[in-house]
Amino acid sequence: MGFTAVDYGTMVMLLILVVASLAMYFIKDLLHAVIVYGAYTLIMALVWLQMNTPDIAITEAAAGIAMTVLMMVVISRTARKED
Amino acid sequence: MRDFILKRVAALLLPFIQMYGLYVILHGHVSPGGSFAGGIVVGLAFIAFTTIYGLERGRAKVPEKVTTLVESYGTLWYGMMGMVGVFKGAPFLANKMAGIDLGELGALSSGGLIGLIGLGVGIRVASTMITLFFTMMEEEP
Amino acid sequence: MKLRTLPILFILLLAAYVVLVAVAELPPYGMSGNPVQNQVSEGYIENAWEETGVLNMITAIVLDYRAYDTMFETIVLFTAVLAVIITLKTTEKEGGGK
Repeated sequence: MGFTAVDYGTMVMLLILVVASLAMYFIKDLLHAVIVYGAYTLIMALVWLQMNTPDIAITEAAAGIAMTVLMMVVISRTARKED
Repeated sequence: MRDFILKRVAALLLPFIQMYGLYVILHGHVSPGGSFAGGIVVGLAFIAFTTIYGLERGRAKVPEKVTTLVESYGTLWYGMMGMVGVFKGAPFLANKMAGIDLGELGALSSGGLIGLIGLGVGIRVASTMITLFFTMMEEEP
Repeated sequence: MKLRTLPILFILLLAAYVVLVAVAELPPYGMSGNPVQNQVSEGYIENAWEETGVLNMITAIVLDYRAYDTMFETIVLFTAVLAVIITLKTTEKEGGGK
């Protein structure tokens, strides 16, 4: 139905993004959720690169890894399990 | 963490990571990237050093006095760069209107004030990452 | 408890239907006739190199056209760090508090 610039590889990556976001909600172990968030960030950076925005791809990769590290520090200072 | 292999690999890799971060900051106006992304990369290099070599040696690399100074004066640096336009009789944060030579398109020295502002913002973002990490690590669990 | 789940599910499905209809009405991604491509972005693309002397157009917009926004973005970062330090820093200097 009409022309779209989103090809099938990008669609698969967007589906992985949806699955990863749902998984982050359902996983009870917070450390595992943070690891899934790292994978989410990597795929998101690839999606930005696929959409011809290398600026935002670099920022997404760097900021995502920074957030992952800071969240791991917070988990190491507090409880690991939810509830 | 006191792993031998991790320490050697970090000693080999971290200088290049820092060089890449500084490259992204300094070339933010001629190539993809920018001050925010480059600053985060520079900060992450220090964070990786601290996680591998321990909190004391990491704190020796970046003393609290340095991060405090950069945190405070980084924001002021931005304002001072804006005041350049005011002193030349142009609006706040003016670049070409203030009569600054923009240079050749694509050169590292092009853009007038933009490179200086980007350098300040990049160093400030790096200091923000380092300050957040150290504040969280030094807190009693 | 069981009685309340059905209306909530119905409302959620209705909201999802509205969102999906709105998404289906969007113009295709990246077309030249989209409402996003108006004279504002055209003006940036045509004038950015002469007015700022910077090759990377995103930096030209972030640090020159919208430099005021970026200044307050850095102040927001400063405020965030301030809040974290005030909340978490527990070490007290000599002669500080009681």
